[in-house]
Amino acid sequence: MPANRFNGFTDYGIGIGLRLAHYDHILKNRPVVGWFEIISENYMIDGGRPLAILDRILEQYRVVQHGVSAYFGSAEKLNREHLKRLKALVKRTKTPWLTDHLCWGSVDGTYSHDLLPMPYTFEAAKLTARKIRQARDYLEVPIAVENVSSYAEFHVSEMTEWEFLSEVVERADCGILLDVNNIYVSSRNHDFDPYTYLNSIPADRVAQIHIAGHSKFQKYILDTHDHPVIDPVWKLYEHAIRRIGPTATLLEWDDRIPSFEEVHAEARKAEKYAPALSALSTAFNEAG
Amino acid sequence: MKLVELQKKFAQALMAPLVPGGVPAPAAGFIKPNAHLTARERLEIYRRSYWYRLIDSMHEDFPGLRAVTGPRAFDQLIRAYLADCPSRSFTLRDLGSRLESWLRAHPEYAGRRLALALDMIRLEWAHIEAWDAKEERVLGPEDLLEPGPRLKIRLQPFVRLLALDYPVDKLRLSVNAGEHETASNLVLKKVRRRIGSAARMKPRRIYVAVHRLDFSIYYRRLSVEEFTLLSALRDGRTAGAALASCCRASRLPIDKLRARVEQCFATWAELGWFSK
Repeated sequence: MPANRFNGFTDYGIGIGLRLAHYDHILKNRPVVGWFEIISENYMIDGGRPLAILDRILEQYRVVQHGVSAYFGSAEKLNREHLKRLKALVKRTKTPWLTDHLCWGSVDGTYSHDLLPMPYTFEAAKLTARKIRQARDYLEVPIAVENVSSYAEFHVSEMTEWEFLSEVVERADCGILLDVNNIYVSSRNHDFDPYTYLNSIPADRVAQIHIAGHSKFQKYILDTHDHPVIDPVWKLYEHAIRRIGPTATLLEWDDRIPSFEEVHAEARKAEKYAPALSALSTAFNEAG
Repeated sequence: MKLVELQKKFAQALMAPLVPGGVPAPAAGFIKPNAHLTARERLEIYRRSYWYRLIDSMHEDFPGLRAVTGPRAFDQLIRAYLADCPSRSFTLRDLGSRLESWLRAHPEYAGRRLALALDMIRLEWAHIEAWDAKEERVLGPEDLLEPGPRLKIRLQPFVRLLALDYPVDKLRLSVNAGEHETASNLVLKKVRRRIGSAARMKPRRIYVAVHRLDFSIYYRRLSVEEFTLLSALRDGRTAGAALASCCRASRLPIDKLRARVEQCFATWAELGWFSK
């Protein structure tokens, strides 16, 4: 099941997010890593160090693009300039699939730079799916959308989050980037059973999985990506792998970033739940 | 409620200035409360996240301006700026693009240090632009087979030219040293003293090229002749026309000027500043 049309029929193993703090270590030591995920927007520029580093990484590693500002759920049209730059980057990285979030974040051309929660309505699902299709047709690469952590729900919602996710991906005929940490965070913030969520989504559309750490506050949990993955999230991950199959898995660590070795070791804990991923990661590096 | 209407209401509440107590409860009426949080509290999570993300970004991009105005005035200035000029780009990199024009329209936020603050903004914005600007193919010997007055030489996009009324480049470098200094407290104190002297900085016309070399940003002081020549090339004028404008701007004897221009061209070519 891991290789499917939503991830370009690839069999990627365990990856980690490419972050500035680790550039030197990676280029100097060439660690064995299945693949790197990049934040697309960090490289949608005209020149300079980030692009030069990316080119060196691309010589040695497989890279998948992950975006934060396509805002498929915003009521306004797709930003043509954003898409143009994104397509140039897709050509550069040859990413087999591309991900962004199932959220909104801009109104009338004004950007929040946040991943804002969707109202779970049929109108929103229809519009979001149409925009995902438009982006995929223009970019000519499979797209998978990620479920976000959320802290608010709307009175107008007509369905659950997992029903909404399913509705959007079926209408758009796109993949899912399943973030199990986000499911956990939202389940605690909105009092639902995360296993119901996992059991309800179309498993055959999962292109990739995200794992991450978060921060717990008195009344809610915040998705901060600055801690190791906690046990309940690993348990959810185990359940997801059992249901979906060994799927390309990526650890996100974006704040208070520890050493490369520590981040990599945390990501490789996934091997315990999906041993097949370990072989996929090392096989590529050995072949390379 | 239609999607577009909900998103407009949400964005309006999100981007309303941060005030003690948060937004009034009716502004969060479209959000469902739960057992732990009211609708307003749920909205506040997003509002704080929005404001602190943007404020952090401005702190990162304009540390020199902060040194000029002082931290408290800087905080007021950027909050007012962000309220008037929210992001219009998918990338936070562009967040400060309207700061110079905004401050010209709202000089009260810089007080007596307006000219100094404007110069610092121009320098820091040039820094941002030079950092990720495109590098065109560098001018090579094959491009100079037929040199003459009609030859067109372009300046690389990662070279930004500034004429400034204050020597803010040195202050900005001091701020950088203060940020990254890990040496003794004594060194740190000296850096802080230099930053603290921003208020007493005297005006002095300087010309600076903010440029990128080996993926680092440098500030290179220019003479008026160099600045005039490079500006003309940047604006698309021919080499002959650029040299003529340089001659007009200079008070140097022609022989001396020619020698200097030759030397400068050699240095600029070595720095990779020219493209065809």
